[in-house]
This record gives sequence, structure tokens and C-alpha cells, in this order.
Amino acid sequence: MPVLGGSDGRPPAIELRGVSKSFGTVKANDDVTLVVEAGTIHGIVGENGAGKSTLMNVLYGLHQADTGDILINGETVVIHSSADSIAKGIGMVHQHFMLVPNFSVLDNVMLGSEGGMLLKKGRNETLEVLDRLEAEYDMSVDHDSNVGDQPVGRQQRVEILKALRSGARILILDEPTGVLTPQEADSLFRMLATLKDSGVTILLITHKLTEIMAITDSVSIMRQGTMVAHRQTADTSPQELAELMVGRKVLLQVDRGISTPGDTYLSVSGLGCQSRKGARVLTDISFDVRSGEILGVAGVAGNGQSELLEAIAGMRAPNDGSITILGKKITGQSTTDPEKMRTLKLAHIPEDRHKHGLILGFEARENSILGYHNTALGGTGRLFDRTAVTRHCEALMATYDVRPPDPALPAKSFSGGNQQKLVIAREMDAAPKVLVVGQPTRGVDIGAIEFIHKQLIALRDAGCAILLVSVELEEIIGLSDRIVVMNNGRQVGIIDRDEADERTLGLMMAGIAKGEAA
Amino acid sequence: MSAVPPLPKWADIFLLPVINLLAAFVVCGLIVLAIGENPLTALGVMVKGAFVYPGSLGYTLYYTTNFIFTGLAVAVAFHAMMFNIGGEGQAYIGGLGAGLASLWLAPFLPALLVLPLAVAGAALFGATWGFVPGYLQARRGSHIVITTIMFNFIAASIMVWLLAGPLIQAGQMSPQTPKFEASGQLPSFQALVGVFGFDTASSPLNMSFLIALAALFAVWVLIWRTRLGYEIRTVGQNPDAAHYAGINVPRVIIITLAISGALAGLMATNEVLGVQHRVVLNFTAGYGFTGIAVALMGRNHPVGIFLASLLFGALYQGGAELDFEFQSITREMVLLIQGMIILFSGALAYMFNPPLARLIAALTRKREAAHV
Repeated sequence: MPVLGGSDGRPPAIELRGVSKSFGTVKANDDVTLVVEAGTIHGIVGENGAGKSTLMNVLYGLHQADTGDILINGETVVIHSSADSIAKGIGMVHQHFMLVPNFSVLDNVMLGSEGGMLLKKGRNETLEVLDRLEAEYDMSVDHDSNVGDQPVGRQQRVEILKALRSGARILILDEPTGVLTPQEADSLFRMLATLKDSGVTILLITHKLTEIMAITDSVSIMRQGTMVAHRQTADTSPQELAELMVGRKVLLQVDRGISTPGDTYLSVSGLGCQSRKGARVLTDISFDVRSGEILGVAGVAGNGQSELLEAIAGMRAPNDGSITILGKKITGQSTTDPEKMRTLKLAHIPEDRHKHGLILGFEARENSILGYHNTALGGTGRLFDRTAVTRHCEALMATYDVRPPDPALPAKSFSGGNQQKLVIAREMDAAPKVLVVGQPTRGVDIGAIEFIHKQLIALRDAGCAILLVSVELEEIIGLSDRIVVMNNGRQVGIIDRDEADERTLGLMMAGIAKGEAA
Repeated sequence: MSAVPPLPKWADIFLLPVINLLAAFVVCGLIVLAIGENPLTALGVMVKGAFVYPGSLGYTLYYTTNFIFTGLAVAVAFHAMMFNIGGEGQAYIGGLGAGLASLWLAPFLPALLVLPLAVAGAALFGATWGFVPGYLQARRGSHIVITTIMFNFIAASIMVWLLAGPLIQAGQMSPQTPKFEASGQLPSFQALVGVFGFDTASSPLNMSFLIALAALFAVWVLIWRTRLGYEIRTVGQNPDAAHYAGINVPRVIIITLAISGALAGLMATNEVLGVQHRVVLNFTAGYGFTGIAVALMGRNHPVGIFLASLLFGALYQGGAELDFEFQSITREMVLLIQGMIILFSGALAYMFNPPLARLIAALTRKREAAHV
């Protein structure tokens, strides 16, 4: 197949020929062929479970392929372990960083190449290499500060430096922007462009099509363990990529009618919160959400949105102001907890399904009543009614298309999209009057995103008041009727959806109110 | 080093413990061989000593009773991810509760009233001794492992003072309470079945074994069939999600530790109410600590805990027989053998996991290949 790039006549940096890998009866990779030209940025897209991660693990030596050949820089290689792949110049930046939070940046980069009993020599060497790399690729980090104290974007930079320090000329990045703010993502992309210019080959695994369009040279699309297509990025479109990934036509933009807002269901007035250490995390937040309306909350991650969600959901007591849900006023003096909030017909789809939304070791059916286990859902007697719980879970799975529809399967065995659907099913099924949602589609594949968006709109049209927090501006603009923008724990302003575009919102997210921006 | 495939559930529950046990027996066999005895003969003596000789099964089940209580105590706390090391002290203080009830009430009331109160006393006192560390953990952030260990020492000191002072039998030098009146004693197994005309050998086995079986069932219901059990497991597996769900996490931790302490306290029904019929110094004899190994080996499930308790009961009783029959195998040797079993099935419980998992995965692949 003709491929651009690699104009200097170098052999392809990575070539896979007919690679297959099965787990039991499941073919995770089936006859996969891939050519990545040296010195290019190559994207691999596919839904969750399409086999991207398996393929990368084969390449990085964490799994061995059952059949097929791997060629690095034109030579057939056998990769038995990550040490082998590092020796071949492959570096991997995992989705979840492999760093020691309590170690300094320098010590983290040195990890794996200490070079002897005493650390002084290794430290000096690492420092030298680090200085050179930083100068070469223009990415500075503070060597002496603890990695754990750094923002996520900086930690990722350390991870990349670590890979480069071990001599990597091929970098594999697995969902690198999943944890980054838009600004951090931009800075990452600039860094990747610099690396590419100096001849490093980059393999970028993602399911965000905008990223593929923005920085890759070419892209390969996986579906159900096979490579379905290879494209030059310049010759394709997000629409085409989405269809190739899912195997059918998908709506990237939600089809939504005009909202017909009714009474105010949720009212927040002068809300302020402090962290446990006494730092202000929310200051003077006031807005109303009416029945049949979605109020979007836009903002760079970490500007108080999480705290706002938690306060409304009863997980965090307000220090000032009040929250009124269907006429019931909650202040700092009220004793409240998430369970009481649920009895007020409030439902909460949390930002982090692994941390809050699910218990990964529990069966799906046990998760299907989390937060509702003291209601009739758990049965009417003193003991749990397992049959009732199972039936409830089966019904949720059927209505919300959770696959596989097996209530006895542990939550951790479901894909990210299906886990999220399970959480959404549980919360929406409670027929809430007020729904607070955080990052409804984070780490969820395109097919599921479309489904979740439709469900949110359907719930809105059924008269629910919805507060939607998301770091995806497209999602906010696509779903919301009005948008409140937050910066540093304060609200910058509230605008109608018709006035909102990425530029306006971007300025407001930076803390510049709408009038001032003009 | 490639990733270890997951072990099938049946292998995790049955095969792995059996392999651990076999490994322990092999090492013990080598030790017995080294001191010049035939391991198979020794094993034969142990099995006969634990199950075959007249009264031996009674002794085995008597030890089993203790392990069931202390094993359950550790397991319940563990479901809330709390490591209760304080079973020893909770059982000791539980003995005080049972003892005071029997000492004070037995002279005036019939057994039908005294015994339930004494059993409740054991549970209540044990629960209190679990509640305090639970409270300190949940509301004050004092680590449960540290506080429960310290509470063992506090319990031991209090009991020494009480048994050597206020509660000592008048005119006696040994630190123990007077013997309870008959209505303060749990009937022995021999007496129980004697009512129905059966004649059994004498052994310390008593009615508390039935209480232990009831406790096994009650814990199963609690953990897997009640809302409180659901909350306990939720807190144990994901405290953040528990908070999200509206579960009062500190409250659940305190209740769990109290239940755990109550179960440990119930061990006293066997030793104090059923066997000694008085509170004696150090009647807990380390059962509280062995309960950790029992819970570990039994995977915190009542069925597993019953089997593990039976094994440890048989080891205690069979081990005593070993000591008795062989000149060269001393009491210390028997402890060593018991230690080996704890080591292999407790501390090293997952040592054979990776090779076993690889083996099973390889066999499964082969069989699939043969089918194709």
C-alpha cells in the first residue's frame, strides 16, 4: 500500500505482517497488517475493545503474538519483553503513568538506569541526558520537584522524557489526552510535532477523531480485532473515520428539538465551598435549572466543576449559600447526604465511574442498586431480594443496551462504554426530576456516545432538569440549552446556547467575562 | 515476563488450597524424615489422633469451634477492608462478659435464662472491645491494626488484674474465678446426645459448637443477603463509591468492628462456658491470632472458614497425639508443623498461583486445539 512520509528512504519504522493474537476463544487481533513510516505521526483509532491495546502490548512485548511478523526499521524482530522492545528503541507512554509519585522528576527518569549501587553517578548521567533532551525538544521540567506534585500534563512530559532517555526513537502513546485539559493537550501536540521534526516516529492510539485530524500524518482504523482501513489523514474526514470504526453511519451531532423549559427544579444561590484544608473551591455560584432544560457547565478541568457536582449531589456540604431542589432548601446547616438527595428525586451520574459510580469487583446487578439499596429496588423484606435485583438489572440492561446482558458478571469485565451505560441506566431509571451529570462520555466509544447523548436529550424532553458538566466543549455546545462558564471556582457568566461558540467559551473559560471580551 | 492469565474460579477456590496443603505436608514430611521418623507413619498417627481414636473427633471439633469464631471475626472485618488483629483481646474480654453473667446469675436463675445471657455477655463485651478501635479508626483516623494490637495488651493486663484480684476464687493462689454453678455451664456434647440415648466418648466438645455453626450461617446471611452486608462490602471495596451511594462510611466501619469483636467474644462460650466453667488466665491461647490464618485460608467465606477451622482443629488434636506417640517429635515440632501449614496456606497462599494459572491456560489451549 502506498504510504507517504519517510521521504528520506528509510525503511518503515514499524511493520506488522499478519499479526494474530487470541485470548481463549476471543480473537483480539486477527491478521493485522500495519506500516508506520519513519518520522511520521501515525494514528490508530478504534472503539473500545477493537484490539488497539492488545496490538500495542504485542509490539511492546507484554503479549506474544500467536502468528505473524514484527519488523522494526526493516528487520524482523522477536519481542519477548518490554526490555526487548526498549532495546529496539521503542518507548511506551501508558494511559496510566508508570511513575513513582514520591520521587523527584530526576529520580523517575533515572529509574531503570541507575547504573550501580550508589546513585550519584546515575544521577549525574541522567541530569546530563535530561538537559540535552530538554534543549533538543524544548520541554522543560523542574528536576527536583516531586512528580506527584506536578500537574498531569507535566507528569506525562516526564513519562515521555523517561522513554527518550532510554533511547526510544519510536514512541507509542496510549490515549495520551484522556487525562489532560485542552491546554495541556495542545502543549502535548506541540511537543509531539517537535519530536517528529527531529525524526522520532510516533504511534498515537486514541478514539478522539479531532486529535487524529489535528496532528497525524496517516491513520489506521481497527474494528473487532482487524484492520479495516488505512488512510492519509489529509484524504479523510472525521465522519468517514467514525463510520469505519463503528461499521455504520453515526451521528456526530445530536439531533435535538427545541427545549420547552417549565418550572425551576434546581436553584443554586450564592453557593460557596471550601476544601478540607480550607482553600476556597467554589465562590458565589448562582443559577437556576428549569424542567426540560439542560444547563451546561463549561470550564477547564479543575475549576470547581467537580466540587459543584458533589455539592449538589449531597457529597459535600456547602459553606455559604444554598441549593434548592424542588422547593427543598439545603444549606450548610442542613444535615444531608447523597441518599437523602436521591429521595428528593435527584440523580447523579458521577464524573469518575471507577472511583464513584461503580464497585468494580461487584456483580452488575449489585451495582445496579448502588445508592438505591435501601429502596424497594433491593426488595421489600428485611433481606435482599436477589431475584428482584437480578430482574431489575436485566431490565436496565435491555433498555439501555448494556452488553453483554449478564447481571452476574462483575462490573470490571465490562468495557468502559458499557460500564458507563450501566451507571447511566441506574440513575436515569430512578426517573429523576433533577439530574446532575459529570463527563457522561469520558472514555466511551463513539457508538455509546451517540446513545448516551440521545438518552440525555430524551430525559430532558421528558421534563427533567439536567446539569451537565463536561470538559468536551463540543458536547457542552451540542447538548446544552444554556451554558454557565466557570473559572477558578467562580462563574464567569451564563450564556444562551445560540451565542456560544468555542471562541466565546474559550475566552470565558480563561476568566474574561463576555462584555469585556468584545 | 508475560502477564499471568487469570485462574479459573474452581481452581482458585479448591485446587490452589489443596496444592498449598500438599506442599506444606511435603515440607513437613521432609522435616519428620530428617529427625529420623517415617513421615507416613506420623501422618497416620495424626489422622487417627484427630478423627479415629475414641473421643478424638470430639477434641478436633472442640478446637474447630474456637477457630470458627475467631476466623469469622477476622473475615467480617476484612469484608470492610479492616484488618482486625484484636481477636485475641476481644475473645479474652468476651470471656469476662460470659464469666460475670454466669458467676453472678447462675446462683439465682435457671440455665435457660443464665446461658443466653452469658452468651450475650460474651458477644457484648467482645463487641465493645471491637467497637472502640472501630470508633478510633472511623472518627479519629487511628489505624485499626495498631489499635487492635494495643487493645490485646490492654485486655491481657485488665484480665490479669481482675483474675489475680477482684475476681479470684477466695482462698486460692491460682489466678482464676470460682467455678460457675451448674446453670452457668453449657452442656457438653456427651450430655446433649445422652439425652437421646446415645453413648459417646468423653471430650470437651459442647453446645458452643452449635452456636459456631449458627454463627457461620448468620455471617453468610449478613454479608450476602442483608443491606448492612451490602454496605460493608461496598465500604470495603470502594469507600468513595460508598460515600457517593449515601452510605455512612464511618458508621459502617464502627458497626463492622463491633460485629467482628462480638464474634471473637463468642469464642469464650466454648472455653469459658463450655469447658473450663470458669474464667482462667490466658484461656484464649493464641486462637485469636490463628483466626487470621483461618480467615485467609477460608477466603473470608463461611464455608471456607468451616473447612479451614476443621483442618486447624485436626492439626491441633492430631499434633497433640504426635507429641504423645513419638519420643523424637516434641511439642515444639508439632508447633513447627502447624506453622508450616499456616505459612503455606496463609502467608504464601498465592505462591503457586502463577505456575498453576499458566498450566491451566496451556491445557485449555491444547484441548481447544484438539477440538478444532
